[in-house]
Amino acid sequence: MSNKSKLSPVISPENDRETAVELHGLNKWYGAFHVLKDLSLSVRSGERVVVCGPSGSGKSTMIRCINRLEEHQRGRIVVNGAELTADLRNIDIIRGNAGMVFQHFNLFPHLTVLENCTLAPIWVKKMRKREAESVAREYLRRVRIEDKAGSYPGQLSGGQQQRAAIARALCMNPKVMLFDEPTSALDPEMVKEVLDTMKSLAAEGMTMLCVTHEMGFAREVADRVVFMDRGEIVEAATPAGFFTNPRSERAQQFLRQILK
Amino acid sequence: MTTTLPVAAAFHHEYIPATPPPADIRPSPVTWALKNLFSSPFSCLLTVCFTGLAVWLVSQFLSFALINAVWRGDSEVCRANPDGACWSFIGAKLNYLQYGAYPATERWRVDLTQVIGAILIAWLLWRNAPRRNTAALLFFGVYPIAGFALLRGVEAIGLPVIDTTLWGGMMITLLMSVVGIVFSLPLGVVLALGRRSGLPIVRAVCVFYIEVVRGVPFITVLFMANFMMPLFVPEALTPDRLLRPMIGTALFSAAYMAEIVRAGLQAIPKGQYEGAQALGVGYFTMMRLIILPQALTIVIPGIVSTFIGLFKDTTLVAIVGIADFLRAVEAARIDPNWAGPTISSTGYLFAAIIYWFFCFGMSRYSQSVERHLARGHKS
Ligand SMILES: Nc1ncnc2c1ncn2[C@@H]1O[C@H](COP(=O)(O)OP(=O)(O)OP(=O)(O)O)[C@@H](O)[C@H]1O
Ligand SMILES: [Mg+2]
Repeated sequence: MSNKSKLSPVISPENDRETAVELHGLNKWYGAFHVLKDLSLSVRSGERVVVCGPSGSGKSTMIRCINRLEEHQRGRIVVNGAELTADLRNIDIIRGNAGMVFQHFNLFPHLTVLENCTLAPIWVKKMRKREAESVAREYLRRVRIEDKAGSYPGQLSGGQQQRAAIARALCMNPKVMLFDEPTSALDPEMVKEVLDTMKSLAAEGMTMLCVTHEMGFAREVADRVVFMDRGEIVEAATPAGFFTNPRSERAQQFLRQILK
Repeated sequence: MTTTLPVAAAFHHEYIPATPPPADIRPSPVTWALKNLFSSPFSCLLTVCFTGLAVWLVSQFLSFALINAVWRGDSEVCRANPDGACWSFIGAKLNYLQYGAYPATERWRVDLTQVIGAILIAWLLWRNAPRRNTAALLFFGVYPIAGFALLRGVEAIGLPVIDTTLWGGMMITLLMSVVGIVFSLPLGVVLALGRRSGLPIVRAVCVFYIEVVRGVPFITVLFMANFMMPLFVPEALTPDRLLRPMIGTALFSAAYMAEIVRAGLQAIPKGQYEGAQALGVGYFTMMRLIILPQALTIVIPGIVSTFIGLFKDTTLVAIVGIADFLRAVEAARIDPNWAGPTISSTGYLFAAIIYWFFCFGMSRYSQSVERHLARGHKS
């Protein structure tokens, strides 16, 4: 809420640009299986939203619909004023605006960390190689792995790989960052370094939509917590409200399980 | 983290120092032989028998190929010596085996083409070479046209035209293989991508092509290329008699190549595609820079096997009347001037050594590439 005023006027004079991500009555089926049921959610610029919920509730599917890694069948998705339709140009614009961080990093193992970070700026944004490298080094410095620029992903620890993946996404200068359980493939002692990176990103005012089970992170960073179950958004509340006073029975049960 | 571990009084742990392995488990030639060659009476027997057999075979070979061989001297000397190879026959026929009936005064053109080709290939294959992209451009773009012009001749710049019917020998074998290799890999990649494409018609066409070609013997493909292409294509556009089997070879290997490349593509995890898509990287860039480099490195052994097969299969073009290397050996062998007891064996031995030399080279190169990649970046 607080960062909105800082960012929105710079991004665009248009009113609807103040909303970074907007889902309207989103529905998706896998064959006959109804995965997402009438989801509506709007994330303002600068807002940090944490999505949680039991396994199989459709969190990944929702976040992957936003940049068209999955196709939705009904409803509207608008990212920074561009509506996601079958129009390939819009898909490219949206993918340029939304950076994604995956559970399993998905770094390119045959390229160095620096090459991972410069590939998209060079080939998608047509940036000069020299410029792309200096941008990449800057982001690698910010996630504190600048000394690993010349290493291959296989030579990095899990936490370092995930921070490299965050830097890679940031190199495209996205307006929104989507995270799909960025810490759940990591050993416990590496979770903190990735969460710290994400916290500093949040402190800089980045709009974030983050699927995670790290409730400490949600409490500290999120403006809003969204609870999903069986393909529906069951509750959306401030972290304080959600953690101290969950209204739905399902959320109470979920919290009892993970906070035990 | 609210719980803290209870801290007891620390004690000092004494670590055991490392010692060298005892003598009887240390590798030495004697322990190795005892363990692997003479561990039981039966294995002693096998060792002795097979060593004997190997020594006998090698000595037979050496006595034929080296010790009793005729190195210089004419056909009379060879006829008088039925126990050894007649290398002077190969020496006398070497030009023919290399160039076929290509006119002697113009053979420098073949040499030049081959030297340029060898330099470009070395440049491409040498891992740390500078500017390999330039090499690739020259080799795949400029060289085929320039090379053909040089071999064939261009009246306008004063190079007499040499009809392809005069070409023969090793130059044909190399030409066929290089053209086959250069075109079958890219074509195979395209077919493999097509077969995995989401577009149903593209996929159907690729599956149809691959399955039809793989279901037909190579000789049939050669006959079809040679005799049926002129029926379908208008006279003026009918490719040269040498080009037709080349096209056949490339199209044939491409189907096998496609299946090998597809195996590599299938080994790439979905996350790699998603990582690229999430960055907004388009299909062709993604394939070229992210997916194919990884997929092709996985299947290098299969690709090289196909190359080796292709190289040896070029001998079959003799069947449509092209005088490749083996055919030249065959023609030289029956020359009445050289008739003698060991001429045929010498000719075939020479052919085998030459083919083996090329195939072994390819195989070694692929092994070194694999070792290099295994040492590099595995995740
Ligand atoms: N490609 C697919 N085809 C069919 N069903 C799928 C597919 N992908 C996911 N599903 C199903 O859709 C549902 C939602 O999956 P999703 O991955 O979005 O859950 P999630 O909330 O991210 O769970 P988790 O916390 O385990 O990651 C699950 O029941 C899953 O089995
Ligand atoms: Mg998930």
